[in-house]
Amino acid sequence: MTMFADDTRDVSASRSHLDRLEAEAISIIREVTAGVDSPVLLFSGGKDSAVLLWLAVRAFRPARVPFPVMHVDTGHNFDEVIAYRDALVSEFGLELVVASVQKSIDDGRIADPGPTGSRNRQQAVTLLDAIKEHKFDAAFGGGRRDEDKARAKERILSFRDRTGAWEPRAQRPEPWNVLNPRIAKGEHLRAFPLSNWTELDVWEYIEREQVPLPSIYFSHRREVVHRGGMLLAIGGPVVAEVGEKVSVETVRYRTVGDMSCTGAVRSDATTHREIIDEVAASRITERGATRADDQFSESAMEDRKREGYF
Amino acid sequence: MVATASNTQIRIATIGSVDDGKSTLIGRLLHDSKGIFEDQLSAIGRASKKYGDGSFNLALLTDGLRAEREQGITIDVAYRYFATPNRSFVLADTPGHVQFTRNMVTGASVSDVAIVLVDARHGVVEQTRRHVSIAALLRVSHLVLAVNKMDLVEWREDVFDAIVTDVGAILESIGSRVPLRPIPVSASNGDNVVESSPNTPWYEGPTVLGLLETLDIRADESSAAVLPVQWVNRVHGGSDYRGFAGTLHGGAIRVGDQVVVQSKGITTAVTSVRVAGSPADLAVPGDAIAVELADQVDVGRGDVIVGSGAPAPVVAAHIEADICWLGETDLRVGDRLVLRHLSRDVTGSVVAIGQRLDLGTLTAEDAEVLTLNDIAKVEIALDRPITATTYAQGRVTGSIVAIDPVSNGTVGALMITDAR
Repeated sequence: MTMFADDTRDVSASRSHLDRLEAEAISIIREVTAGVDSPVLLFSGGKDSAVLLWLAVRAFRPARVPFPVMHVDTGHNFDEVIAYRDALVSEFGLELVVASVQKSIDDGRIADPGPTGSRNRQQAVTLLDAIKEHKFDAAFGGGRRDEDKARAKERILSFRDRTGAWEPRAQRPEPWNVLNPRIAKGEHLRAFPLSNWTELDVWEYIEREQVPLPSIYFSHRREVVHRGGMLLAIGGPVVAEVGEKVSVETVRYRTVGDMSCTGAVRSDATTHREIIDEVAASRITERGATRADDQFSESAMEDRKREGYF
Repeated sequence: MVATASNTQIRIATIGSVDDGKSTLIGRLLHDSKGIFEDQLSAIGRASKKYGDGSFNLALLTDGLRAEREQGITIDVAYRYFATPNRSFVLADTPGHVQFTRNMVTGASVSDVAIVLVDARHGVVEQTRRHVSIAALLRVSHLVLAVNKMDLVEWREDVFDAIVTDVGAILESIGSRVPLRPIPVSASNGDNVVESSPNTPWYEGPTVLGLLETLDIRADESSAAVLPVQWVNRVHGGSDYRGFAGTLHGGAIRVGDQVVVQSKGITTAVTSVRVAGSPADLAVPGDAIAVELADQVDVGRGDVIVGSGAPAPVVAAHIEADICWLGETDLRVGDRLVLRHLSRDVTGSVVAIGQRLDLGTLTAEDAEVLTLNDIAKVEIALDRPITATTYAQGRVTGSIVAIDPVSNGTVGALMITDAR
């Protein structure tokens, strides 16, 4: 992995819609950084947080990113993602904060969902504890409005009260995208610079900028088990149960999350372009395809956000 | 005028009264242009059984909050994205209820086009007048009038014509010249949304999608280059870089340009430009940039770097503006507000309130108090100057957001008509 060269941009006056999205995101990152005391960037190792980090680097270049990145670590990680995270942090000279869900379980802050249970929902507690411990007052997230119907309703700045909860009926108006990041002590906000990006925009930007990604986004062969309509990778918390058949499949991931609930899709796409073609042709949303935790109920995402989720 | 991306991506808000079919129209647009994924469709099918009479309810695509589905209304703006081979679209579905007008303002303020829905059976109602007035004040480039539920009035042309006349009268009463594009539709059946309808032989215009694909979106009016400083990128040691970072508005900036730092009045020159972090010779409006300046001048957040070009923004401590009051508490003469303009927060006092728009009669009346969702004119004296244009000269450089200094809530949207 190499840091991007100090390239000179095209001097012509035409701008694409990716340029417009990039500028909007950089503006949000700068505005929130200036408007609060202690921001942090939430970094999962997924493609959206990779793009978010890339935009933060661009926002402040040639200076360093003036805030740390935080990984909320479920302990159910793909090895490739942790290797990628550590390489990126070292490359950009970032300060990394790891908030551990395992530690929250050990400390009795949350119940252990068991060795094979999903820890996605429990992340909210770990996240809120870490925000309090480090006195962060704003957290950048890679959330996009096209991901889910509750996210589609969220403003660029999302206010969280002292308990970290989101109240969708009391969102601040943002006329002309003018952000109002003023908060009282103990409150914090989440900022979503990628609000107006779609999955396709993210991939086209990744291709254009050659943003480094964890290798699991590209097609590879892997041992998987069919469970609940998903292809789950064998490894870490996922072991084949009695009666389940393990097979080796050619797959890739559309999202990166807790191994126990993040499904793979069958794919031969090994390049950005092949992935873009696949995404453009897809008839199923990325969360619908690969996230068991969003399919529990009709308002799964809204419920989790009200509890303090990203 | 420099080229921008505005003609490849277009931002649209649906507006109008409750139950006139805004969410259904967006659902229909997405459905008929294949912008809905299969898992979303099956989820809507399940929710339709739970919340309705069982018939497939397209509005559930954007009414994503539990309270919205339970009550069958839209509370907050939903954003949806789709593309045709010709253009990409950002759709903001705004709520029709008067108590959620602040959310409608949010959706419409950044839109190029507003689609106002009117139920053909009920015609123009007070909320139609409020939304059309606000969209016109916010200066959308085009107003599409979708006269909806035409199937329920037997597709009568005279009903359609009467509503077009009524909406035209709203625009006339507030002096707006926004182009009005009327289309007779049935959002739930799809007539004239994506496919032309056989039910309207008397209508020869385009469908809603056909129109949206071809509308010419004017770029924001050109003015002097305006760079509000959001942040200073500093590298200490060897290179000693000091880049004044912000988003450029109004006009272009090149390396070598003479600029004035306001409100300090210092003249200097641009020695380097970075666009999105990369060195460049030229930056155009909309770019997120950073510039270095020739002289060691004291520049920080809230200052505005102004390039050549006209009209230049003025340094002003007294402003007059159109206001949409979004606060739960009333606004009175003498009240103090925090006013966020570009990257500067200043405090100011309300000097005068006037010309409140009566949405029943469409006449302006004197007023001393503004209550939630009122539209009026306001005069404000600022404690420190801002560097501003009128709203007609620039949507960003001419707008102000009012913040309650105690609650921190966002309570008003102001469009500057005069600054001095």
